[in-house]
Amino acid sequence: MNLRPLVLPLVILGVVATGFYCETLSVGTAGPGPVHVVYWEKWTGFEFDAMKKVVDDFNATHKDIQVDMLSTTAIETKTLMAVSAQVAPDVAGLYGANIAQYADDRAVEPLDDLCKESGIKADDYLPAYFNMVTYEGHIWALPSTPASIVLHYNKDMFEKAGLDPEKPPKTIEDLDALSVKLNRVSGGQITQAGFFPPEPGWWNWAWANYFGGKIVDESGKITATSPECIRAMTWIQTFPKKFGGTEYQSFKQGLGNFQSPENPFMEDRLAMEVQGVWMANFINQFKSGLKWGAAPFPYPADRPDLAGTALVDLDVLVIPSGAKHKREAFEFIKFVQTQKEMEKLCLLQWKNTPLSKVSPEFWANHKNPFIKLFYDVSASKNAFSAPKLGVWAQMNAELGSEVDAINLLHKTPKEAMESFTERMQPIVDQYKKRHEMRLARGL
Amino acid sequence: MNRRKEALIGYLFASPWLLGMSVFLLYPLVSALYYSFCDYSVLKPPMTIGTANYIELYHDAVFRKAVANTFIYAAFALPTGLISALVLAMLLNAKLRGQNIYRTLFFLPSLVPAIPMAVLWNWLLNGQFGIFNVLIGKIVYHPPNWLGDPAWTKPSLVLMGTWGVGNTMLIYLASLQDVPTSLIEAAELDGASSWQKTRNVTLPMISPVILFNSVMGLIGSLQIFAQPFVMFPLGGPEQSAYFYSTYLYDKAFRDHAMGYACAMGWIMFIVIFILTLALIKFSEKRVHYGGT
Repeated sequence: MNLRPLVLPLVILGVVATGFYCETLSVGTAGPGPVHVVYWEKWTGFEFDAMKKVVDDFNATHKDIQVDMLSTTAIETKTLMAVSAQVAPDVAGLYGANIAQYADDRAVEPLDDLCKESGIKADDYLPAYFNMVTYEGHIWALPSTPASIVLHYNKDMFEKAGLDPEKPPKTIEDLDALSVKLNRVSGGQITQAGFFPPEPGWWNWAWANYFGGKIVDESGKITATSPECIRAMTWIQTFPKKFGGTEYQSFKQGLGNFQSPENPFMEDRLAMEVQGVWMANFINQFKSGLKWGAAPFPYPADRPDLAGTALVDLDVLVIPSGAKHKREAFEFIKFVQTQKEMEKLCLLQWKNTPLSKVSPEFWANHKNPFIKLFYDVSASKNAFSAPKLGVWAQMNAELGSEVDAINLLHKTPKEAMESFTERMQPIVDQYKKRHEMRLARGL
Repeated sequence: MNRRKEALIGYLFASPWLLGMSVFLLYPLVSALYYSFCDYSVLKPPMTIGTANYIELYHDAVFRKAVANTFIYAAFALPTGLISALVLAMLLNAKLRGQNIYRTLFFLPSLVPAIPMAVLWNWLLNGQFGIFNVLIGKIVYHPPNWLGDPAWTKPSLVLMGTWGVGNTMLIYLASLQDVPTSLIEAAELDGASSWQKTRNVTLPMISPVILFNSVMGLIGSLQIFAQPFVMFPLGGPEQSAYFYSTYLYDKAFRDHAMGYACAMGWIMFIVIFILTLALIKFSEKRVHYGGT
């Protein structure tokens, strides 16, 4: 019997059947049985494993709802595409800085009513973190894990340079003085730096805040040319001025990846660095014997009111627009907010807790020896976070380019901040105008 | 079989392509044209704003920088790629012992996917520890900071591009083997030197292939994306490696400005279309087809 005529129809049938089967996988099972909540999370490795334990706890205690967690790279883009294609997951683990943009685009659901129903309120959290999940008077997300960023210093390098390893810098002037003693140059190349602002280079905008300024204010007015901002940028330019722009860039090029044993802090090539609460875990993974310390980032000697100024950041859980199981999704998000589960998650991820109440066990069991410091700076009145602005991603990228020009000594801080303002202010204004036009047209 | 039935069967056979073309090319092209006149973030319904996106592009300093970067890169990458591939193909066309081994070795790099290649070159060109600078450092005191100095970012990408000329080289090699030996022999009998044989016989005979590689190279270099996207996040130092496609991607997926990105896409389409036509027009009297 000749089976060849059947091959093509069978292949087509197979493709169609696979398509239908995949569709059932992405939308969860319908009909009797538990509701499947699809949860996309950006984490991999130990961070994913930690959240998986919370998910397992939830699934074990909720027979009618089952959370299916999936690790997803480039989560912002994929969530964006999934929402627009109306196949959004029920829960997505985004970054705190995404909220304004996603809220403006109505890509996430407001959670005000669900929070009210569940008794979740601002007082449950440290103000700096709760502030990050609200935008234009609405709650758009709830925390998954928080972070605070402080000065980390390598005690081994301090000792080798004859410095007291128990005396981290308190003021910017102290930091400068220590940095000079820790710098090493050989054959025209920097081999070791005391402090090096471009590493890790993730928060260029935050230098302004350490000097009492802001890159942009709440109304969207760019304030990058304020005396405080110019002072901050002038300070970061003192470093390449000491070494020369080319040598400075060359040293940056030679620094290894953050999440690797070649991390310059762990390789004894960089003595002081601004880093987040997660650093302890990476030190433990890649160089467990390293002697290190953490301290609040120094303040300018003439601005003691800025003591304890700390950048805080947050990973969040949102319900994307068009999620099929909104209530069940919130049930899971609410579960993560309970003190027991939140502390479990933060302990496993080596992070501080965003909650205002902390159990004694959390302090006792935490593996980061400086966890209290991370919590205290988050609770400080000087804690600050990324501006809440729909065009923040673009603004941050543009600022990065100007900071490059400062580091390469191609522009003075004033020139760089002026060109940044000139470029970004019309973009911010137009974004706001279009947003208002949309609201007026009901779009 | 009458002509009507014949046409029907013809269309039926062509239908998968026609369907694919309509769904995956024609529809996106037309819809992108419409969205280019809208404020459109993908997530919210498009709001028509006339030619505002195009006017904004005209005033956008980063757009101008991305255009300049792209053309500067293409101006160097295209001839470098074409010439190095041709020279390699000519060398590999020589009858030598181990010819196939050499051919394989020179073709191999082009099999490395763009992302691993970018990661690899990130280390080769590292300003402090890269092998290039270790070697150059033996001759000059200050070797270039390839990836950290705005003046060197584009040359780095051009250099990297020459490493992956294997495909172009292979096409040249195939065409070189098609050059009739009778013409070469005739030239030899006339006393032509090696250069004269190359200039007057080989190059004219492979000119259609040079044109093909030029068109493909032009399109490829104007659309460069993967390598700068991996090696120069946010456009590299002072946006010196911010190219048209990377800026377009950032506008679409980072800034959610899909309407703006569509306008950029259409401008790119028209520019490439015009340049390709110009190249074909320019080549009319310079390309020799064997059959004509």
